[in-house]
Amino acid sequence: MNPYRRSWFVRIATVLVFIFLYAPILVLMLYSLNASRANVLFAGVITRFGPVQTEGALIVQSPCGPFHWFCELAKNREVGNAAKNTLIIAVTATVISTVIGTMAALALQRYEFRFKPFAQLSLYIPIIIPEIVMGIGILVLFSQLFTFLNGAFHLRGDSQLSLGLFTVILSHIAFCIPFVTLVVMARLQGFDKSYEEAAMDLGANELTTFRRITLPIIMPGVLSGALLAFTLSLDDFVITFFTNGPGSTTLPIYVYGLLRRIITPQVNALSTVWILVVLTAVFMIQRLQNRNV
Amino acid sequence: MLKRLRENKSAQGALLVSPTMMFMVGLLIIPLVLTLVISFGRRDPDGQVIYDFTLDNYRRLTGFTTDCASGAAFCFNDLYLQILWRSLSLAFRSTLVVILLAYPLAYYIARAQPRRRNTLLFLVLIPLWTNFVIRIYAWIMILRTQGVLNGLVGAILTPVLPLLSGALNPLLASMHLPLVATTFTPLEILYTPTAVLIGMVYEFLPFMILPIFTSLEKIDSSLYEAAADLGANAFRTFLRVTLPLSMPGVVAGTILVFIPVMGTFVVSDILGGKQYILIGNLIQRQFLDARDPTFGSAASLILMVLTLVVTFFYTRRFGFGEEIVPA
Amino acid sequence: MSEFAVEMRDVVKEFQTPEGGHINAVDRVSLQINDGEFFSLLGSSGCGKTTSLRMIAGFEWPTQGEILIHGHPMGHIPPFQRPVNTVFQSYALFQHMTVAQNVAFGLEMEKAAKDEIEHRVHHALEMVQLTGMDRRKPKQLSGGQQQRVALARALVKVPDVLLLDEPLGALDLKLRKEMQLELKALQQKVGITFIYVTHDQEEALTMSDRIAVMSKGKVMQVGTPVEIYERPNCRFVADFIGESNFFAGVVKSVDHEFASVYVPILNSEIRGMALDGIVAGENVIVSVRPEKVRASEQAALNENSFQGRITKSVYIGSESHVIVDINGTILKVWEQNKISTLEPGAYHLPGSEVWLTLFPENTLILRDE
Repeated sequence: MNPYRRSWFVRIATVLVFIFLYAPILVLMLYSLNASRANVLFAGVITRFGPVQTEGALIVQSPCGPFHWFCELAKNREVGNAAKNTLIIAVTATVISTVIGTMAALALQRYEFRFKPFAQLSLYIPIIIPEIVMGIGILVLFSQLFTFLNGAFHLRGDSQLSLGLFTVILSHIAFCIPFVTLVVMARLQGFDKSYEEAAMDLGANELTTFRRITLPIIMPGVLSGALLAFTLSLDDFVITFFTNGPGSTTLPIYVYGLLRRIITPQVNALSTVWILVVLTAVFMIQRLQNRNV
Repeated sequence: MLKRLRENKSAQGALLVSPTMMFMVGLLIIPLVLTLVISFGRRDPDGQVIYDFTLDNYRRLTGFTTDCASGAAFCFNDLYLQILWRSLSLAFRSTLVVILLAYPLAYYIARAQPRRRNTLLFLVLIPLWTNFVIRIYAWIMILRTQGVLNGLVGAILTPVLPLLSGALNPLLASMHLPLVATTFTPLEILYTPTAVLIGMVYEFLPFMILPIFTSLEKIDSSLYEAAADLGANAFRTFLRVTLPLSMPGVVAGTILVFIPVMGTFVVSDILGGKQYILIGNLIQRQFLDARDPTFGSAASLILMVLTLVVTFFYTRRFGFGEEIVPA
Repeated sequence: MSEFAVEMRDVVKEFQTPEGGHINAVDRVSLQINDGEFFSLLGSSGCGKTTSLRMIAGFEWPTQGEILIHGHPMGHIPPFQRPVNTVFQSYALFQHMTVAQNVAFGLEMEKAAKDEIEHRVHHALEMVQLTGMDRRKPKQLSGGQQQRVALARALVKVPDVLLLDEPLGALDLKLRKEMQLELKALQQKVGITFIYVTHDQEEALTMSDRIAVMSKGKVMQVGTPVEIYERPNCRFVADFIGESNFFAGVVKSVDHEFASVYVPILNSEIRGMALDGIVAGENVIVSVRPEKVRASEQAALNENSFQGRITKSVYIGSESHVIVDINGTILKVWEQNKISTLEPGAYHLPGSEVWLTLFPENTLILRDE
């Protein structure tokens, strides 16, 4: 064993960095119980239950007690909408990009074809350019395209093509695909072809072989890719910012909008709920994984 | 027809990859080309694009103008160049700080027991899974004048400072050294460049921890033992064995941090205040407020080229780093 | 003309090399394999034996030539439509399925009825002595057991031909020898044609009805184990199978099946059995196996007799392997230790003089290939 394993310097640095990582999150969650509406100073927790009573910026009584802001959040229709949109976009983008990305990974890992170098290059581009460049590009594309189509087909008012859920989903698929492809490709490396040959030898055609043999073997990689895509889509701000329209607001966009208006502890409540949901999901996935192993 | 497909392996590959290519070409290549085309255009009073070929937008970016206050033939208004420089500088500084903070943590995790390792990795990843706008918002509450940081520091310094200044100041005064403050004035961090730096570092720390961890973990522990056997102490071992072997991770992490920071606008918007403008903010405003998509496109392309150039030279010098996506 | 189980007609398989040229992994191979035969393809790596097997299975298509199974040309027919099954070198057991599911897979592809599948799987596992293992997963089995599952999986479909690609390579020596006997017994029991690829000559000699020795994409010789060992048709085969002493020489005369060859390094003429078509004046190789050389202390003055000195003697137990120096030329001689004695002198001490006789019937005159 290495005697120089982890010196005191490393240990202290680690603790400090962890504190650095988590302090903001804890502060965030704490302030969701803030009695002060102005949310500048932490003015303590609401202790009295009952109809809402305020003293200036301070809320001294609330039907939900200390969880006043969570109740406000629950009543907030816009948040519900944004959450719904976010999920729809994430799920759709994940499913489609996973399927398409897995196909591309299979193609790139096992076949040779004329434009293969071009394909590989184009998959790396979204990763090495700043997101804003891609976002702007897509915005430019859609805006010019829509202007042209609206003009050509004389579309007016509601039937006009404009940015919305559809454009957001398309752009999410576009930036998720490279990540899915890379993950699945990494998993495909070293894939032993003799499994597939054995299946075909025993009478399975190409499709059956893929379904019964190949897919189960690469499934962990495909699921990793899907998880990555889901995370990226759920969390995305920049590209969504440039491709969304009214009615397709996602949670990150919504929070950003709130931040530029009034910052009440409701934002903190939203953040806390988000964090707790994520933690629960992570925990459940861990349990599932442990059971599978 | 199926039989022909079966025999033509190259066609099979092309078919499998074609949906991806449709997306990549349609939503990546074409938009970039279009951006390029528009960057040479002009804007009409409504903010729409007039397709033309002029270098005006690029000229504007360099600040080259013939309309000089000093009456010279031409001069440079370095407004936009300053913005470019500010972004570059911030990206470099953020990356550096992130490396310094991430490395010890990655090292600690890499040398931990396997069971604890997974838990620690999860702890690193969890902040990533909370939305990043939320995380930036948290820093507002910490850094502002009446925020948590000042609250904490103030709580400590308010009783201490009078005593400290009372004791040290006479001595310092006699040596003509700056005096210790007598009372605590809150630190103004929010809406300064420092706040933006802190925000960036916080944002991207996990992206550096993971690749460095991956490459450190791959180092066989027998290498450390061999180095010790050959007479190297802890520091020398680190310098000559650990550090070089972890470089691929550092490189991968750098790419994951530098590129997004170059293009960021959210952090500077929220933590930097209206006056702190990065390239990202410039581009964002062109498309939203100022409604000059042609100028914005030019700026966007300059950003992309700048980022690619720096990345190119960097990877030439340091390599590509194998672990790009922690799967 | 009766049908052959498998026939390869003038088959060529070309591959691209990374440098941009091509190489013929299989170079005009023609083989006829009979029904019910245990036929081995023997050679070192790169000789084309595995490529040939894969072409029969359908994983590769010949660049030229034809492959026929029971008289039907296979052309570009994919593997799942061919009446052959393969046992892979790495077993290729489906890790996410149980043993029973692995064995049943091929029957599912045939769309057999559920109870028929169950019955046949059970029977197949019995045949390879793995009864009771059906619920296990491959990674819970030992190497030998995995190998048997692979065998059962292929055999349960009762193919016309079973192809085996070095199936015993990963097993340890003792297990390998056991499996060799089991496989042979199994083949004789089910009567299916086995085509067996191996680089281990002892394995090939033990198990096969006939062997094809391959080198660099070509078939050097096809014959029974006895034919291959006792009558190799070229230097390569004589060298690859077993051990042999080789001397270069020139043919002086030919007399029916015998020929007289002048060997410069022995400065003498040797008489031996010659291949068809060898003529006087040809440069040939004289080949004699070590166990066929007679060594004696008494002077021997027959033809093909030489006097030499023992430089080294290795006692193997059942044999003594002796190195004899005849005026600078080295000869390997293997003597069976027929008499049990503790006398060191009986075991050919180094330094002693010995007379060696190469009987013409045991000496082969071969082409140098």
